[in-house]
Formats: sequence, structure tokens, C-alpha cells
Amino acid sequence: MRLSARTGRRLVAGIPILWLLVLFLIPFVIVFRISIADVRLAIPPYTPLVSWHHGAGHLELHWDAYQFLFTDPLYVSSYLYSLKVAAVSTLCCLALGYPMAYAIARAGPGTRPLLLMLIVLPFWTSFLLRVYAWIGLLNNNGVINNVLLYLGVIRQPLALMQTDFAVYIGIVYSYLPFMILPLYANLEKHDLALLEAAADLGARPWRAFLAVTLPQSLPGIFAGALLVFIPAVGEYVIPTLLGRPDQLMIGRVLSDEFFENRDWPVASAVAIVMLALLVVPILLLQRLERRQLGAQ
Amino acid sequence: MPLARLAAGRFAPYKKESVVRFCRFLRASGLPGLLLAACAGCSGPAAHGPRASESEKVLNVYNWSDYIQPSVITDFEKEYGIHVNYDVFDSNEILETKLLTGHTNYDIVVPSGSFLERQLQADVYRKLDKALIPNLRNVDPQVARATALYDPGNQYSVDYMWITSGIGYNLAQIRARMPDAPVDSWRMLFDPAVVARFADCGVSVLDAPSEVVATVLLLLGRSPNSDSPADLEAAARVLHSIRPYLRYIDASRYIDNLANDDICLAMGWSGDVKQAHDRARDAGKGVDIVYSIPRAGAISNYDVLAIPADAPHVHNADLFINFLLRPDIAARNSDLIKYANAVLPSLQPLDPAVASDPGVYPPPALRAQLVPERARPAAYQRLLTRMWQRFKTGK
Repeated sequence: MRLSARTGRRLVAGIPILWLLVLFLIPFVIVFRISIADVRLAIPPYTPLVSWHHGAGHLELHWDAYQFLFTDPLYVSSYLYSLKVAAVSTLCCLALGYPMAYAIARAGPGTRPLLLMLIVLPFWTSFLLRVYAWIGLLNNNGVINNVLLYLGVIRQPLALMQTDFAVYIGIVYSYLPFMILPLYANLEKHDLALLEAAADLGARPWRAFLAVTLPQSLPGIFAGALLVFIPAVGEYVIPTLLGRPDQLMIGRVLSDEFFENRDWPVASAVAIVMLALLVVPILLLQRLERRQLGAQ
Repeated sequence: MPLARLAAGRFAPYKKESVVRFCRFLRASGLPGLLLAACAGCSGPAAHGPRASESEKVLNVYNWSDYIQPSVITDFEKEYGIHVNYDVFDSNEILETKLLTGHTNYDIVVPSGSFLERQLQADVYRKLDKALIPNLRNVDPQVARATALYDPGNQYSVDYMWITSGIGYNLAQIRARMPDAPVDSWRMLFDPAVVARFADCGVSVLDAPSEVVATVLLLLGRSPNSDSPADLEAAARVLHSIRPYLRYIDASRYIDNLANDDICLAMGWSGDVKQAHDRARDAGKGVDIVYSIPRAGAISNYDVLAIPADAPHVHNADLFINFLLRPDIAARNSDLIKYANAVLPSLQPLDPAVASDPGVYPPPALRAQLVPERARPAAYQRLLTRMWQRFKTGK
């Protein structure tokens, strides 16, 4: 019997749904379930969801972990700092990535694959090594300071390491391709005849860009911004290696809860709240994007 | 913590072991374990029974990095025909997370005593089969008394190496700044008037919260293993008073920095300072690194061998423990890693430079002053972590 078109469609749609279910929803439920447990010394180190007394099951729900997040300014300040770092990094990636993606999209068909290759090439080296290399560049006796000292631009080495600046550099450097690639995919499809039409109607190139190219590229901007912003909020490696010792990002707070305090419920609550913090801007962006598309 | 160590270490972009260590850390940390634990949580305790794997000629060991003479492993494999899978960690926290997640598949793990003390309450270990470990008779009774604090009756564990934390310093630099420096007192590090004199040549403190706090409490004449918030507060005040004079707070960076004359004073672990001393000597630049255990006492730690409750090859694990307690084997390990083992007859075959080093094996009078670090309750641990974050950030 031949598969009906409807069954086929369902099968195709089923794969991503199954993927989401197994790799997002189930882990989320597990983490949430740990976040409403209480700590205990056992395997696993938290209370079971249902406890049995006199043959009857009692649901054990503890919301203390969430309450706890508001008793110490550490958590709120780390969330805010993480959001700030992610937002600034995303804007920097956009400012750098947009012209690059534009240039690649308008490059000749011969050079385009080469340019794309150059964007992807750094991925062939370990992410950790690339971040580690920045330590060598930014250190007090690192390459940048030594060159500046040699040229006489500065007398004292600049304190570049363990600053916000170093974190921004690390994140922008590491995530730039995630901004460029979706932007390129979008810009590459633009119909250049529209720009010609704008020019014919008397628009200067800058005006044509703002009125034609930019609105059309919004989906690419949204996609790129999300791909940078979301992982940047939870970033652990880069701030740990390059960042300030006096301001923790939320990824580090989570790891401290897990490994130092051995408090899985609080660690899970930190993760769930972080997820909630991410979902809100994503929904806002999506609504904005839909409105933009609707307007077009 | 391993990441912090990576960042702190001297710059070596292609240092392979750091990368390997990081990958191990990633494997040891994140979601996979969480998922497993949660699944274990919903399905209830696994069935216990005889396992097919018990007859396998395999042993899975999980030990601290750089904490064994590698040829000891190959010798064990040759003698017993048992293949050893040797994996390493570099923090008690990572080991504990794995153990509490369950199903580690390890047959031997090496927690510090104060961690084992807590973990025993979670039933993560099984008792040693003492019939298979005749070499237990070699264990120093003084060490056995200390480890019995964690594991009453020493039923679940036996000491592998034991450690003190003391003061490592550059002899010439300290003498030049303060000829009458109190090198045999914790005032060297925790009296702001003293430590300030050495700030210019570099001072560091271990990134080991409970151990440092216990040491400060010892100096203050309070109970080192206290879990009272008032004592913690008192220790925090001392730590804040010396914070301006510290170059960094780290648990491994000081080894190289002492040896290279980048810092001149560090709170450090016995074997590590000994390694710094050897490296400085081998470099031949006239740097002399000395390790001193303050006369008023210091905190001691005991890294013990233990078998996880769900270990698949228990019999092999007992054989391996017995092997490590053999005097010649224990001596070969201590020769290399410069930490004191608890196997008394091993002092004979041990390199005299190690065996007679008062930093590795303190003289009896000093040994009597050592205070084993103990486990703290969870509520105290949280206060401690928070205080430590403030101390490290200088806030």
C-alpha cells in the first residue's frame, strides 16, 4: 500500500517534534523536577518526588530553591550581568558581522566559497584552544601589550585580562560566525533589481539600504542575534578564562551550586530561571519578527 | 575549579594535558550525569545480585592526576593479568558528583577523608574485604587512627597518601625582606603586618575554602573544624585583612611560580612545595624553596582508597588495594609524587631524600600538632562558599 500524502507529511513533521521531545522537553522536565526537590545525602542527592507513608503516596514539592534565589543578591546580580554581557556581545557581533555577511553575499561567485570557508575555518581548531590563545594575546606580558610597549604607545602594560573587555572579545570572536552565516543566507537571496529600482527612483545607496535591504534582512538579523545571545547568556568557559574575578556570570554560579555547595535543587532552579529569562526575549523577538513579516 | 586552574596556569596554549583534563572535566560535569541520576531517581534502586562482570579481568581506577608512579599500574597488570583502565580527576567535588549520580563503573576511587566522611552517609561505598588485603597490617597505626575519624573502624577505606598544608617560601627573598621572619608560624601569611612585607615579591593562598578557614581558626586558637557561623565570621575578617597583599588565590599555580621566583610565599600542600623545590633546584638559578609546617600545627588530609557500592570488579579492587599497600610499591609511588604514604615498612626502600624530609614525614612532635580536616554540614558549606566568593573577589 502506498503511503498517503498525509501520513508522509505527519512522518516528516514528527521527526523534529520527536527530536524536541527527547532532547529538549524531557531534559527540561528532569531539571525542573530536581529543582522542586530537597537536598539529601544519597544517590541521587535529592528527595524523591513521591514519598510513601502508610501505603499512601505524598507528593513532595519544595519551592525553597526558587525562594532562595532571591535571598542573596548574588543571583540577581549574576543574571543581570549575564544578560548585559550577552546583549552587548550580540550588538557587537551584529555591527561586525553585518558588513562581513553583506560583503560575502555581494562577492563574485568565485571568491564567495573561499570567504565562507575563511569564516568557518576557525571551527576546525578546538574552541578551548582558541579562547586560551586570547590569554596569550591579552596577558600583561602577552603579545598585544608587548607590541604596544615596543612601539612606545604605552609605558605600562594595559590590564586587558580579567576585564569585561576580555569577555566581550572572547564571546564576539567565538560567536561571530553564528551571526554571519544566517545573515549571509538571508542577504544572498535578495533581489538586486529592487536596489536598482530604488536608485532609479532617486534613492541614494544609503537610503536604499535602509529602505530596501535592511527590512528584508530582518529575519537574518533575528536568527543571528538569537544564535549569539542564547549561548552567550549561559557562557561558562569564556568568562572563567578571561573574565573578572569579582563578577560571576550565571554559568559559573550554577557550577558553584552544583560542585561546591552540592545543592542540585538550587543549581536546577538557577537553570530553570535562566531558561525563563531566555524564553521571554525570544518570544518578544519572534512576535516582532512576525509583525515585520506581516508588514511586508 | 579545573577551568580556573587552566586560566591561572602559566600561558601554554597547546599544553595537551590541560586540554585533556578539561575534556575529562566536561565529561565529568554536565548534563549526562544529571540525566542518569534523574532516571535512577524515578526507577528506584537497581536490583542487586551477582554480576557477570565480576569475573572479568578488568579494573577501573579513578585517581587524582599525577598521583601514581605509572609503572606501578603496568606491574600490577603483569602480575595479576588484570587490565587497568586508569582515569584521573583533579577535584573532590567532581568525584563526589559522579559518585552521587551513581553507576560510575569505577572500582577504585580516591576521595579525601573529609569527603569520604560525608559520602559514607549516602551509602556510596562497600566494605573492604580485609581477607584479600593482608597488607593492611603495614598501615601506620597513627594514620589509621586519623582516618578512623572519617570511617570508624576503617571498614570502607584505607589511606593512600597523606598531606599537610603549610608554608612554602623562597629563602633568599624572605630573608632579604625580614631577617627574623616567623617562618614557623601561620603569622607569615595571616598576620597583615607580616604578610605585607612580602606583598611585593608575591604571596598566594590555596583555593581550598574549608582548609584555609580551618588553618586561620587554628591560628586564632579556635576549633579548626568548627561549623559555627561566628567562627567563620572571625576567619573571614582575618582573610579580608590580608587580601590586599595576595597576588592570587589558586590551588596549583604556586608550584611553578615559587620555582620560577614569580612569588616568594605561598600556602601550599607538602608534596607540591616539594615539587617546586625540586624544579627550582633543577633549574639551577639559585632559587631555594623551603616548606615549613608551623609549630603550632597545621591541617592534614588523607586521600583514601575506597570501592564504590556498585563497583563491577570488587575482587580486583581489593587485590589492587593490597598491591598499593605493598612496601616496595608504596615507596615507588611516594618517590615520584613526594607525598607521604601510610605504609610503614615502605620507609626502608624509600628514597632517603623523601623519607627524611620533615615536610613530607613530619617529626613526631609536629605530627602530634596536625589536625585532620573534617566534613562540614551542608548549611555551613553554603555560608563558606559565599564567604569564599567574597574573599576571592575582594568584596
